[in-house]
Amino acid sequence: MRDTNEMELIFDSCSANERFARVAVAAFMTQLNPTVEEVSDVKTAVSEAVTNAIIHGYEQEIHKVSMRCRIEGNLLSVTVKDTGKGIADVKQAMMPMYTSKPEADRSGMGFSFMEAFMDKVEVESAPGHGTSVFMEKRIGKGRSLWTTQSL
Amino acid sequence: MEYQVQENCLTIFLPREVDHHSAEELRKNADALIERNHVKYVIFDFEGTEFMDSSGIGAIMGRYRLVRLIGGEVWAVHTNERIQKILTMSGVTKIMQIYEEEKS
Repeated sequence: MRDTNEMELIFDSCSANERFARVAVAAFMTQLNPTVEEVSDVKTAVSEAVTNAIIHGYEQEIHKVSMRCRIEGNLLSVTVKDTGKGIADVKQAMMPMYTSKPEADRSGMGFSFMEAFMDKVEVESAPGHGTSVFMEKRIGKGRSLWTTQSL
Repeated sequence: MEYQVQENCLTIFLPREVDHHSAEELRKNADALIERNHVKYVIFDFEGTEFMDSSGIGAIMGRYRLVRLIGGEVWAVHTNERIQKILTMSGVTKIMQIYEEEKS
């Protein structure tokens, strides 16, 4: 069996697509035989990254968000990219409770959730050029036996 | 999403997935009800909720900021394990009580 697989989606930055992105990544990762908790973790992290692109990257204007997912062995990686306004100070943006939009009911927990639920989170951003969030998670950690359900 | 007002208490029956998309609608409706009915207590009912991200946390914090001014409180009920984890991790449990029912 091949142990690598890739997919890429490009969608409009409207809030209805937050759910679409979560469901798509959940469907894509089923081939890794993940636990319910692992799926929830990845869905939450993807939701945060896509929401950031929509609210902060494009400030609610409609442009394109891309999500690239890759499986290599039992490692899942997801890159969410926008070409919006970018982040001047990435370190500050990633601090828990920091938000540039407190008036809009933002909790400032987006990056904290991504870091809590994924093994690795890397952010590349330049003001005026957009932001790219790369996340990685090993699926099936600590599981010594892989069981496959017969259909 | 459904809302119920009893005296000065507002219960919000949250949707299956609480994200930025659904939190926007929640914010608009809840704030109108809070203002019109002088609501002091807001109860977030997670009975039908399977997913929540940090946008849900923002929505809870925002409603808390509103009712706090008149000495109000926010509560969470019917939370499953996942929701409890999200609430605890975010630190929002410092301002919100989680009501745990007795297991029958």
